[in-house]
Amino acid sequence: MAITTVATTAFGDPPPPRRQRIFEDERWLAFALLVPTMVLLGLFIAYPFVRGILLSVTDSRVGVPGDFVGLANFYKIWNDSIFRTAVYNTFLYTAVTTVFKLALGLWLAMLLNRNFRGKAMTRAFILLPFIIPTVLSTFAWKWMFDPTFSVLNWCLYHLGLITGRINWLGDPDLAMISIIIVNIWRGVPFFAISLLAGLQTISPELNEAAAIDGAKPLQRFWYVTWPLLLPVTMVVVLFSVIQTFADFQIVYVMTGGGPANATHLFATYAYQIGIGTGLLSEGAAISLAMFPILFLVVIIQLLYIRRVEVR
Amino acid sequence: MIEGALWRKWVFFYFPLTLFLIFLLFPFYWMIITSFRPDGELYRPWNSINYNPFWTWKPTLEHVHYLLEETLFGAWLWNTTFIALASTLISITCGVFAGYALSRLNFPFAGSLGTGIFITYLVPQTLLFIPLAEIIRNYKLGDTPWSLILTYPTFLIPFCTWLMMGYFKAVPKELEECARIDGASRWQAMIHIIIPVAIPGILSAGIFAFTLSWNEFIYALVFLSSPAQKTVPVGVTSELIRGDVFFWGPLMAGALLGSIPVAVAYSFFVEHYVSGLTGSVKG
Repeated sequence: MAITTVATTAFGDPPPPRRQRIFEDERWLAFALLVPTMVLLGLFIAYPFVRGILLSVTDSRVGVPGDFVGLANFYKIWNDSIFRTAVYNTFLYTAVTTVFKLALGLWLAMLLNRNFRGKAMTRAFILLPFIIPTVLSTFAWKWMFDPTFSVLNWCLYHLGLITGRINWLGDPDLAMISIIIVNIWRGVPFFAISLLAGLQTISPELNEAAAIDGAKPLQRFWYVTWPLLLPVTMVVVLFSVIQTFADFQIVYVMTGGGPANATHLFATYAYQIGIGTGLLSEGAAISLAMFPILFLVVIIQLLYIRRVEVR
Repeated sequence: MIEGALWRKWVFFYFPLTLFLIFLLFPFYWMIITSFRPDGELYRPWNSINYNPFWTWKPTLEHVHYLLEETLFGAWLWNTTFIALASTLISITCGVFAGYALSRLNFPFAGSLGTGIFITYLVPQTLLFIPLAEIIRNYKLGDTPWSLILTYPTFLIPFCTWLMMGYFKAVPKELEECARIDGASRWQAMIHIIIPVAIPGILSAGIFAFTLSWNEFIYALVFLSSPAQKTVPVGVTSELIRGDVFFWGPLMAGALLGSIPVAVAYSFFVEHYVSGLTGSVKG
């Protein structure tokens, strides 16, 4: 049976079986093609999202179903000083790293947009931080930041920038700076390569024309390149903001939220409360607290993309 | 190139580019050198005399040996490969089908479905891991590779779909219509005409999905508990750190060996990869 269908359906004459005639209808075919995606996304995104909301209004713990408690969990985290620190940290982390990732990424993209020997290899190497599993590369950073064996301290000392040892991950402010540096390191390649793609769609003739008209390099960048690059930049920035805002791996490896809970983000604090101490409903409430902000960013992104498409 | 004197080229181009390269690549160098350094050299305070951080004359394989013989690294590597391949396969299949439906078929709600899939791409794993852990436990999937094979597609499918939509849109309608006139069914036209044209897109989506699943951490950390079931990132994290003691040599060796498969996969497909990334960014 299987063999005959294969043989006759090769653009052949006999009428296709009923099963295939159903798929001639676009709506049926579309439905059939979308079912696997809908099932997976429904089971593992939509359903857990609803479960998360239900969980956050109970007092469930691991192994204990718990009762409805209304907004008690949200009230509790609102008055929790560690949660407030985590909120502050998350905004600081996202804002500072995004500014640096954009500035450095754009600079690197401009450098790579030139012709030079070894361009292809340089580009390939530059993507490495973005490709290598984040947890594994973050361990390399943790080792570089180790208070006793830090190679960074050695370098800074021999460059004459410091006189004594710096305990990077032991001091709350320095620990925050450290995780910010690691995040910038990881994100710059993504910005650079995406913006480079944007730069390459801009015709060089525009720049040449501006140069003939007497525009200086900075003016050419500001009045010619930047406006044309803006759509790509917006998409990259908004995407990166979402990823950074919900980041977990870098902080989990570098500091685990410490020292003394000074570097927690939403995700690491939710993990510590929800999984570490087993207060499932409170942990769910903490990670759900990210949602309104993420939702806002997604809306901005959708509106922006739509506007660009209409144009 | 930069116009003008040679020194300008150095100041505005070579010097900053070199700084970028050092900043971006030094951690890998450090990972590699640590993997091959004997413990006696590794655990020397940075301010001790004769500290020579950047090179060793006594390279050793003891850390690699320790990693391969004293830990379950081989099992983690196999788990990660299997999980990454299986979830990539699922995601590509779903992504190709959904991308075809959304870009080439007319049906009600096509627009809002597309938007819905796009939005799920922007739902981070850290938003859902606590309720998902409960669901995984209820389905009796906890501590099995299936807990990850089934959940990874949630962040891979949207990307694959999005990428494939772009590729399918670029295929001219006439190609398909010719096949249809020759008697092909819609399904046959899709399989024999449209999908082959989109193979570069399928490849880049595949590489992207593979590296993303290799990279994933929080679901693997929460859903897997027994050492033999773990993936490389989780295994290395949980088994090479005992309390406050970090086994830095084997840890860096594990990081290095765990990075090589993705680095190789990606080096073969770097051009596809970049076009995939940028294709998605152009939206």
